[in-house]
Amino acid sequence: MPKLESLKKMKELVAGHFTGLDAAAKDPSRKVAWCTSVGPVELLRTFGFEVYFPENHGAVLGASRKANDYIPRANAAGYSPDICSYLTADVGAFLAGETPLSHGYGLKSVPTPDILVYNTNQCRDVEDWFAFYARHFDIPLVGINSPVQVGDVTDELVKTLVPQYEELLPVFEAVSGVKFDIDRLREVMADSAETSRLWGEVLGTMAHRPSPMTFFDTSVHMAPAVILRGLPEASDYYRMLLKELATLTEGNVSAVNKERFRIYWDGMPVWGKLRELSTFFNEMDAALVVSTYCNSWVFEAFDPSNPFESMARAFLELFIARSDKAKEGIMAELCEKFSVDGVIYHDAKTCPNNSNTRYGLPQRLRTLTGLPFTIVYGDLNDLRCFSEEQAKTSIEAFLEQIEGGRA
Amino acid sequence: MAFYCGVDIGSTWTKAVILGEENEPDYTRALVRTGISFESAALSARDEALARAKLTPDDIERTFSTGYGRMNAEFADGRRTEIACHAKGAFHSFPHPCHVVDIGGQDNKIIQLSEKGAVEHFLMNRKCAAGTGSFIEEISRRLDIDMKRLEELAENANKEITLSSFCTVFSATEVIKLIREGESPENICKGVFNAVVARVTEMGTLGDKIVLTGGVAAAFPIVADILSNATGATVFIPEHAQFTGALGAALEAAASN
Repeated sequence: MPKLESLKKMKELVAGHFTGLDAAAKDPSRKVAWCTSVGPVELLRTFGFEVYFPENHGAVLGASRKANDYIPRANAAGYSPDICSYLTADVGAFLAGETPLSHGYGLKSVPTPDILVYNTNQCRDVEDWFAFYARHFDIPLVGINSPVQVGDVTDELVKTLVPQYEELLPVFEAVSGVKFDIDRLREVMADSAETSRLWGEVLGTMAHRPSPMTFFDTSVHMAPAVILRGLPEASDYYRMLLKELATLTEGNVSAVNKERFRIYWDGMPVWGKLRELSTFFNEMDAALVVSTYCNSWVFEAFDPSNPFESMARAFLELFIARSDKAKEGIMAELCEKFSVDGVIYHDAKTCPNNSNTRYGLPQRLRTLTGLPFTIVYGDLNDLRCFSEEQAKTSIEAFLEQIEGGRA
Repeated sequence: MAFYCGVDIGSTWTKAVILGEENEPDYTRALVRTGISFESAALSARDEALARAKLTPDDIERTFSTGYGRMNAEFADGRRTEIACHAKGAFHSFPHPCHVVDIGGQDNKIIQLSEKGAVEHFLMNRKCAAGTGSFIEEISRRLDIDMKRLEELAENANKEITLSSFCTVFSATEVIKLIREGESPENICKGVFNAVVARVTEMGTLGDKIVLTGGVAAAFPIVADILSNATGATVFIPEHAQFTGALGAALEAAASN
């Protein structure tokens, strides 16, 4: 795949995000909030908070292969090797007083927060993670305690969640010193909705045969949809990217050397092995054309005219928070839309909520779609849980199986 | 006459097979310890097989490699995973829809084959080697009983014991507990083989026809009886079970053009 100009732009945006946060943390008149990636970012931006995402830091620790330097430190402090390795890598790095942001962006430390905001729609670990920092900094910890295993996202269910969002407002007012302005919220929501729509469109280009990108590309391109959500820069970025992708699809440019296999990747990336796995799939002529993970930041429900309810709905519709029945339906639709040959599930040792392998879902989806599957055992950050050779054998054998099925 | 070679570079043993166009049942085989160089082991196994078949490398039309070290056999013309090769080799010996259970040195596999021998689904054990050949080796060391005697002892067991741990090291701890409690070596040995089968059957559902391949099946046929009792399936062990992967690689080499 040719190098995209957009990537240069994204590097600038990400650098600006971190240096901006650093400046805000050093300026007593500005406030920094730490938020989970599918937390109420839009509300925080309405109050003028600069928003930092510890999960993004976790991914940076993983991708820079620093996570395993720090995870043992958190383990020793009482955070089990069996819990979220974003949490353990991030807390471990904090205990060590280090961050890869120093090398990458010149930050001496992660930006000191004034408030911590979570949404447990992803998992309970995020609340425990932030609680560590709430104790350390002695600052407010607030958030949304979301139901899990959500089936149909009904109006009634959405309405029960709305008060939790409304209850955040006085806390945000007190910490920021800014009065809540619903029109400002509508503006932020409009930006978020647009970013979300465009990100969905970007991912949609991978339905083209051959796909112009793979999961390894979208794991990078998703950064603005996560860390710049609610800011106009994110939408500008995806408009630029879409133009480049249109050129690629028009020219039938393939992301992998020769697209012989189209695969659905379910679960988290193995951040520390992105390059190796990307090279390996390329050598195998296999394109990972759709993923549960990257699709999670497409929030179709966002509606500026109805900000609270649409926010509550969007965050309830999040894949990870859904029942297996709902997940099976979503995955079956994506399998069809992206014309995949099979599904590879990543069972991440420390992320049970994002490992859809443990309650028979792969077997049921195979019955539903007729598509073969295999499971790769690994982890998002803790490379002690990942056997590269075993994973590659499993993937290669899976592709041989698909090939054999065509004969 | 054209000859084809398959080399299966496993974690513990490297196997080579030379096959003529006739696909003769008593094909030439060679077995060497893998050791620390996959490339040398692959070459040694191939050369030993060539010597036995009174052939030279020039007589070989194509060679395919498989197993953990398949990437290291630079002299090979192609490679396939051990899943593909065990499937091919097993179906060659037992041409029926079945489940292939391969118990290797460091991992176990279950491969579901269609009536045409195509892989319909496969499973590999997770990272721990509990229930594999290495597990039996470790327990043999712990018991200070030669590997060759394990089966003979197990056949004289008068009680069924199963080691329940997923972890080889913890299984060894269970064995120590059994020794402390005065359990007989015969019953402990049977327990070891019961554990091997338990680690396989908990991996996935098996059908009524099983082909058991790999070094463990070749060395300890008792595993087939235990597996048959546990599943109710008919368990078939190919004549040269340990060479199933290498045979599959040779068949893949022959089929590839």
